[in-house]
Amino acid sequence: MDWLKIGSALFLAAMLIYLFPRAKETIANSPKGSASDWMGFVIPVVAIVLFILLLITLV
Amino acid sequence: MQMNTAVTRSQEAILQTNKVIRNTYILLSMTLIFSAFTAFLGVYSGIGHGVALVADIVAIALLWFVLPRTANSAAGIPVIFAFTGLLGFGLGPVLSYYLSVNPSIVMTALGGTGVIFLGLSGYALTTRKDFSFLGGFVMVGMLVVLGAAILNIFLGIPALFLAVNAAIVLIMSAFILWETSSLVHGGETNYIMATAGLFLTILNLFQALMHLLGAFSDD
Repeated sequence: MDWLKIGSALFLAAMLIYLFPRAKETIANSPKGSASDWMGFVIPVVAIVLFILLLITLV
Repeated sequence: MQMNTAVTRSQEAILQTNKVIRNTYILLSMTLIFSAFTAFLGVYSGIGHGVALVADIVAIALLWFVLPRTANSAAGIPVIFAFTGLLGFGLGPVLSYYLSVNPSIVMTALGGTGVIFLGLSGYALTTRKDFSFLGGFVMVGMLVVLGAAILNIFLGIPALFLAVNAAIVLIMSAFILWETSSLVHGGETNYIMATAGLFLTILNLFQALMHLLGAFSDD
């Protein structure tokens, strides 16, 4: 087993452990979005997906 | 009298918010220029993946343990430059690889990251929508992506690699809206911490775009 793979996995695992309690807190405290709130997120995301597809055709 | 005080306070709060936003974008621009320079050093010196991993670990240690203690003082400025500089330096091996395969991948990813970041920031700043509801989505997404990335280090499945990078683009887009909205609505009042979050987002977006473009290019 490559030590670089183990090191990278340990690094990401440390991130996961560090993030977990903060994620729990954020999930508990963040407000619920309405349908129109989510549409305000979905529209720019669809635009980004189309933009990335355009970039893929360019390279 | 009370009404006048309330109006004055709200104006002060608006001025304070605008100051935080302005300082965040000035510091973000400076750190991006600095990290571009350290990334060039990383490419030029031909560092390996081991050195890059150590640079990333030291950078994240600064973000977790040093930056929160110094972010409210002038001492936070050198720390954020060290953090962003190390992350830029750590990009060296990935940049070297893509520059050797097809340099247009790096340039397209760079331009794409700029367009996505400016577009989403402009959208959140001009509409002034409250994206605080995205907090849970961003956090769950990050946990899932980290878990999948750890798994794929050992499995090495190309489709999972692509799925992880596509998910990173989606989550980082949500993070830009969430963080910018937090700045606009006064949730984030520390421009150094806001810069750190946005810098990390831009870096992850750039890397994920590079991997996606690299996977779909003919080279």
